[in-house]
Amino acid sequence: MATALGAMTHTQEDTGLWSWLTTVDHKRIGAVYTVAGFLFFLLGGFEAVMVRTQLAVPNGTVLDADRYNQFFTMHALTMIFLGVMPMGAGFFNYFIPLHVGARDVAFPRLNALSLWIFLSGGILLNSSFFLGGAPNGGWFGYAPLSSIEYAKSSGMTFYVVGLLVLGLSSLMASLNFAVTIINMRAPGMSMMRLPVFIWMVLVVAFLLILSLPVLTVGLLQLYFDRVWGTSFFSPSTGGDPILWQHIFWIFGHPEVYVLILPSMGIVSEVLPVMSKKPLFGYSAIVFAGAAIGVLGFGVWAHHMFTTGLGPVPQVVFSASTMAIGVPTGIKIFNWLGTMYGGNIRFVTATYFSVGFIALFTIGGISGVMHASPPVDGHHQDSYFVVAHIHYVLFGGAIMGIFSGFYYWFPKMSGRLLDEALGKLNFWTMFVGMNLTFFPMHFLGLAGMPRRIYTYDAGMGWDTWNMVATIGSYILAIGVLVFVVNVIKTMRKEPDAGNDPWGGATLEWAIPSPPPAHNFDVVPEVRDRDPLWYNRDHGIAPTPVPEHNHIHMPPPSYFPLIVALGVLLIAVGALSTLAIVGLGAVVSVYGIWGWALEPTD
Amino acid sequence: MGGSRPGSMIAIIGSLALVGVVSFLLWMGFADSGDFAGHPMTTWVPKSDNASLVHGVYQLIFILAGAVFVGIMALTLIFSLLYRERPGGEARQFHGNSRLEVVWTLIPVLIVVAMAVPTFSTMSVTSKPAPDNALKVVAIGHQWWWEFQYPELGITTANELYLPVNRPVSVALQSSDVIHSFWVPQLSGKIDNVPGHENHLWFTPTEARAEPYLGQCAEFCGLSHANMRFRVFVASTGDFEAWAKSAAGDRTAPTADLAKAGEQQFVASGCVACHTVKGQAGAAGKIGPDLSHFAARTTLASGTLDRTPANIRKWLSNPQAVKPGVLMPNLNLSPEALDKLVAYLDGLK
Amino acid sequence: MAAATHEPPPHVTEHHTTTGIDNRKMMMWIFLASECLFFGALISTYLIFQGESLVGPLPHEILNIPVTSASTFVLLMSSLTMVLAVYGAQHGRLGMMKLMLLATILLGLVFLGFQAYEFTSFVHEGLGLTTNQFGSSFYVLTGFHGTHVAVGVLYLTSMLLASQRRTGLGADRALHIDLAGLYWHFVDIVWIVIFTIIYLIPH
Repeated sequence: MATALGAMTHTQEDTGLWSWLTTVDHKRIGAVYTVAGFLFFLLGGFEAVMVRTQLAVPNGTVLDADRYNQFFTMHALTMIFLGVMPMGAGFFNYFIPLHVGARDVAFPRLNALSLWIFLSGGILLNSSFFLGGAPNGGWFGYAPLSSIEYAKSSGMTFYVVGLLVLGLSSLMASLNFAVTIINMRAPGMSMMRLPVFIWMVLVVAFLLILSLPVLTVGLLQLYFDRVWGTSFFSPSTGGDPILWQHIFWIFGHPEVYVLILPSMGIVSEVLPVMSKKPLFGYSAIVFAGAAIGVLGFGVWAHHMFTTGLGPVPQVVFSASTMAIGVPTGIKIFNWLGTMYGGNIRFVTATYFSVGFIALFTIGGISGVMHASPPVDGHHQDSYFVVAHIHYVLFGGAIMGIFSGFYYWFPKMSGRLLDEALGKLNFWTMFVGMNLTFFPMHFLGLAGMPRRIYTYDAGMGWDTWNMVATIGSYILAIGVLVFVVNVIKTMRKEPDAGNDPWGGATLEWAIPSPPPAHNFDVVPEVRDRDPLWYNRDHGIAPTPVPEHNHIHMPPPSYFPLIVALGVLLIAVGALSTLAIVGLGAVVSVYGIWGWALEPTD
Repeated sequence: MGGSRPGSMIAIIGSLALVGVVSFLLWMGFADSGDFAGHPMTTWVPKSDNASLVHGVYQLIFILAGAVFVGIMALTLIFSLLYRERPGGEARQFHGNSRLEVVWTLIPVLIVVAMAVPTFSTMSVTSKPAPDNALKVVAIGHQWWWEFQYPELGITTANELYLPVNRPVSVALQSSDVIHSFWVPQLSGKIDNVPGHENHLWFTPTEARAEPYLGQCAEFCGLSHANMRFRVFVASTGDFEAWAKSAAGDRTAPTADLAKAGEQQFVASGCVACHTVKGQAGAAGKIGPDLSHFAARTTLASGTLDRTPANIRKWLSNPQAVKPGVLMPNLNLSPEALDKLVAYLDGLK
Repeated sequence: MAAATHEPPPHVTEHHTTTGIDNRKMMMWIFLASECLFFGALISTYLIFQGESLVGPLPHEILNIPVTSASTFVLLMSSLTMVLAVYGAQHGRLGMMKLMLLATILLGLVFLGFQAYEFTSFVHEGLGLTTNQFGSSFYVLTGFHGTHVAVGVLYLTSMLLASQRRTGLGADRALHIDLAGLYWHFVDIVWIVIFTIIYLIPH
């Protein structure tokens, strides 16, 4: 992967380790995010394969109960916070400035800080495996199972501290992205000319900005419960375990849209370009995305239908959840409308995008099914829900991200990924994914609860569990094909050119990979599909002036120092207060140096 | 639709055929998994009044979901084939169509309304309080076993619930530690046992049968969440009353020598600190399951083992090996002590 | 702009944003929106646990409204001095700016002193962090508010120190003080809400 990292920015003079540690270039930061996210994705995949291996046969003995609980908990945390979100953040970093026509994000050093804090959080969370056991209470950490009384190992404290650190990183990144999108657009790039991908990122940024603080409060309260003996969530001393569920899902449901909206954006970029026609219903797709974001804050309690909410909240949250199916449906129809009448070039990126439509639709359908509380009485905490979330998050989010890999890798590295391997990659993942996750619908219908480390023969669950496990191996092979493809591609000479796909958005007018300053001349945008407009109207690119001195912000090591301070504070929160103090001093030093550092 | 494209009829018919075959196979899979034969925890064969009401909604939603599935899959496949790149092919340039946008906003709206109406009308029945004549049961979730109390009948039992057919039962759900969830798919949807909150559900079982209705904890509750199973027996009114009479009374006192020795061992090994055996002096512990009528149950260790002497022995010799994390310690019992305890416990009818 | 032959460096272009609002100012506003949800969640927790304490001391037995009214007045006054500091920064009256920054810092410190006094006396009267639900939700809510005030004091102190340098706060002086002011007023407004909910509304 190191070669991939290098190649994604190969035009830059300085490629030493120090230049990476002090970089403030959004493209380098995006590349590190993408590669780190992909490595964590492999780790989460390994955990998933172990979980599937344990469940392949009744009374499996591959993992013991505790290890199983750690693996399924860490699988979810890794995939959500360390895999899908950072791979998304990688694309955001790389392409927001390119798409809106800017030289960098609004706050380049803050961007570097987000990256280093994310990496600190990811390593911290995973270090728990070697320091007394990983979190084992589920990614949702339901009280009172997450309390010190019932989770005595330090795993759930790692969960609290790790998520606080990762949340800080996401919050800073989201603030940066939101300001960049609103405030750094090239001349003529009105909001309704923004690429749909950028619109979805903007919605995601606001979802995180408004939901992370709520999770932060819940995590702090859980930390106080576990470490300092308060009882926010412990019922024996007046606390309320249901309060934790509300807090968690007020964050947790918007988080689902944080994971899926970027992929919806990617598909909305890939399909028009490959169909060689404009996106069908741009405004409808944008408004549907925004509507999903707004409604996403009003549906959280559908995760709690079985907790005894009472009929009135059940009806309200059931209705709002069903309502969110409407904008989702609008999006699917508009993507189909984009394909309709096209002359669709079926490259691997197209395969993944079309695969996204099919598979995400299945996840969407099952999601609307358990919007009905009586039906949810059967689905909740059964394998039906496991099938549902994986059709949304694998069939949706991951398929979209892979479409993005194939679509943008040439821009990031100057090289086109191999199409033959790409199609093999798609078909193994597509077949593997359906073999793994579709049978889980059957298992749910047959009453198999989720999060069980073992089951008896004679329940009628054997066959489909075995099929799902075999499917997960095929899926893993599919992901490895992608790794092979990347390695193979990195060994060849750059062959992509500026614009291998006939793209419509600004990034395709500049070299691949782009120079550090992105645009020799800040482009002027005249249409929603600026490059197609220029092509159709015979508008030549603005000539580059002779003395084109472009000043980019210099590298800085202060983000690294602040991140180190934050990591020390987190380590201290897990061990002893003295380290917290040390971390605070380091952070304050870093911020002070940051503030006084000249930026020109 | 795309009539100018060559081979369009073949593409459309081929797509529809493929989607049809796939949908049929998936339907076969669902039908098989929903069948009670071979799938004792099926969610598709209701055996209570409320479960049947819910099943009506479930079927309707399933059919709607299937229709959407077929429609979108067919369109995706047809468009992929029909509009794939061809030499000399031209993409038609258009940005959208307002009339179509309205139509396909209305389609999901109508589907959702078709779901919402029966959903809410069903909830108006199932969320009513239980009828007055309902049998009252308290189901308490523990890490990792179920305690069932019949407050009106003075019965406390564990992991096996007896119910009379055709009489409403009102279940009060409690927890002694973490959140659990009470789920017997054929009788009712799940409701959580939340510590500090009492939840309720009710249903009227409609079929007495010899085989048990299987249930299992559905909310992740820690190490042995997978081993927190239970059984519900629905019996005729006469059979239920006979069972209740016996269950409310004291244990059957041991007669054989070995079993009598087991009674002593039960005290000597400290079992009485956690377990109640009605009729045995000093055996009034409340931490573990009530064992007064242990031998009237079909399973032990929260439904994970059939109650056979060999299994009782297996459990007593190392509970952790059967149910990781269980509160019951390994008492390091000698083979002789095991003989005695097995004889005693297996006689507690 | 597209045809400009000499692109000004990014730190200067930041002043020419799409909306005309400086990036830093926009980020501060969005960040404060996030902070609203942070305090909203803490305040909700406090309200949810009202009347849920299993043992005393209960709020009406222990809250000292006159003392906290005094500290609230101090914090309100600090908003006034903050406004004057911003005015000084914007109108080039640096002496006034520095004096008012100092006043704001001192008033903030007095508020923190009141809070320290309040916490200590509550502990003496038997209300600890873990005593009951009131104690937990009270200390965590007001404690995190106090932390915000402390961060604000550090923020303003760094502004004051930086303004003592030869170059002062540079060309962006007014913006820097304005941003600090936005944060400070937000923390002040949150306290008004907390004070009203905890101390003034009888239960």
